[in-house]
Amino acid sequence: MASTVLCSIVSAEQEIFSGQVEMVIATGAIGELGIMPGHTPLLTGVKPGPVRLILEGGEEEIFYASGGFLEVQPTAITLLADTALRADDVDEAAAVAAQQKAEQELGDQRADLDFARVSSDLQEQAAMLRTVRKLRERKG
Amino acid sequence: MAGTKELRKQIGSIQNTQKITGAMEMVAASKMRKAQERMARGRPYSDHIRSVIGHVANASPEFRHSLMIEREVKRIGYIVVTTDKGLCGGLNINLLKAIVNDVKSWVDRDVEVDFCLIGNKGAQFFRSYGGNVVASSNHVSETPAMSDLIGSIKVMLDAFEDGSVDKIYLANNVFVNTMTQTPTIRQLVPLDPEEDAELKHRWDYIYEPEARQLVEGLVTRFIEAQVYQAVVENGACEQAAKMIAMKSASDNAGEMIDELQLIMNNARQSAITQELSEIIGGAAAV
Repeated sequence: MASTVLCSIVSAEQEIFSGQVEMVIATGAIGELGIMPGHTPLLTGVKPGPVRLILEGGEEEIFYASGGFLEVQPTAITLLADTALRADDVDEAAAVAAQQKAEQELGDQRADLDFARVSSDLQEQAAMLRTVRKLRERKG
Repeated sequence: MAGTKELRKQIGSIQNTQKITGAMEMVAASKMRKAQERMARGRPYSDHIRSVIGHVANASPEFRHSLMIEREVKRIGYIVVTTDKGLCGGLNINLLKAIVNDVKSWVDRDVEVDFCLIGNKGAQFFRSYGGNVVASSNHVSETPAMSDLIGSIKVMLDAFEDGSVDKIYLANNVFVNTMTQTPTIRQLVPLDPEEDAELKHRWDYIYEPEARQLVEGLVTRFIEAQVYQAVVENGACEQAAKMIAMKSASDNAGEMIDELQLIMNNARQSAITQELSEIIGGAAAV
């Protein structure tokens, strides 16, 4: 049996996941990360995107995190997400609508808008969609 | 002896008060449930981030954040979380008393004290008590938003960064259960390294991207989370205390009504007796 490590995902609003996992796959600030038990201590920012957990026994679970911090200790992995969702709860239609709105706002030059905010919105929605698609792929 | 008419009026007005306190009790009870849920949901995040910060403070980082460095204490700051409204028993008084005691022990050591107040009741108190209030925000609603609090937190943190304040404490009520709320004063910065025997040896994280940026972000998030949690927790305490206060007010009103009712019945009975004896006396005289 593969060794496991305790992983918890918490967002500011609630605890999303806590349990033993074989591997955590997340989008770090400078690239994709795959973390297995016994990893050396690591502290990294997390970009909006899917977080995949390989549970004990090889089952996979997908979450969506909109950014935050990932702390890795040899015996525990903690994801402090700004907001996190189970991927099943991500509303694809709403994400598409929000993405289109953000793109439109970006296209509309005259609008008095906060460029940084809109482009980060756009990124976030795109990441949410990526999560949904990944989930769908897996379900086949 | 007071006339029955006056007594009846008095009983009526107490009954009205009892109705109001009864309604307030029920409102507080339903709000308490929501506030408690909010508190429970936020707890895992603030607990986890506290332990991560503890690890970071314990590591031997290449970069030490200014918020982690202990300095000689000349001036300290308190972030005081109180309620906006009254009618919640001794909740605010107990907290403020604890703070005043704490402040006294610092002042005795020639340390100056600044306050940053969240909530109306604290602001009212320090207006009469004196003390150097550097920031205050009130009317933080029952569903506090981070954005309402950031302003006053920032004032304190900026003061810490530029060296005018050397320690910041966070004072709020901690929810133990519905009957018990404990006033608590905790050190917020400089950060306390967590005592953990396992991690005693020298070690450090791999930082991605860069230690400074990462630790700064994490520390800011930590402090915001702590203050937010304090406000939410204080909200739950407020509703619980209010419920208890209103319950005892309703009970007291009930007792008072019973007493007055007894007096009124006595008065009425003696009036009837007197009337009867007058009639009998009159009849006997004829």
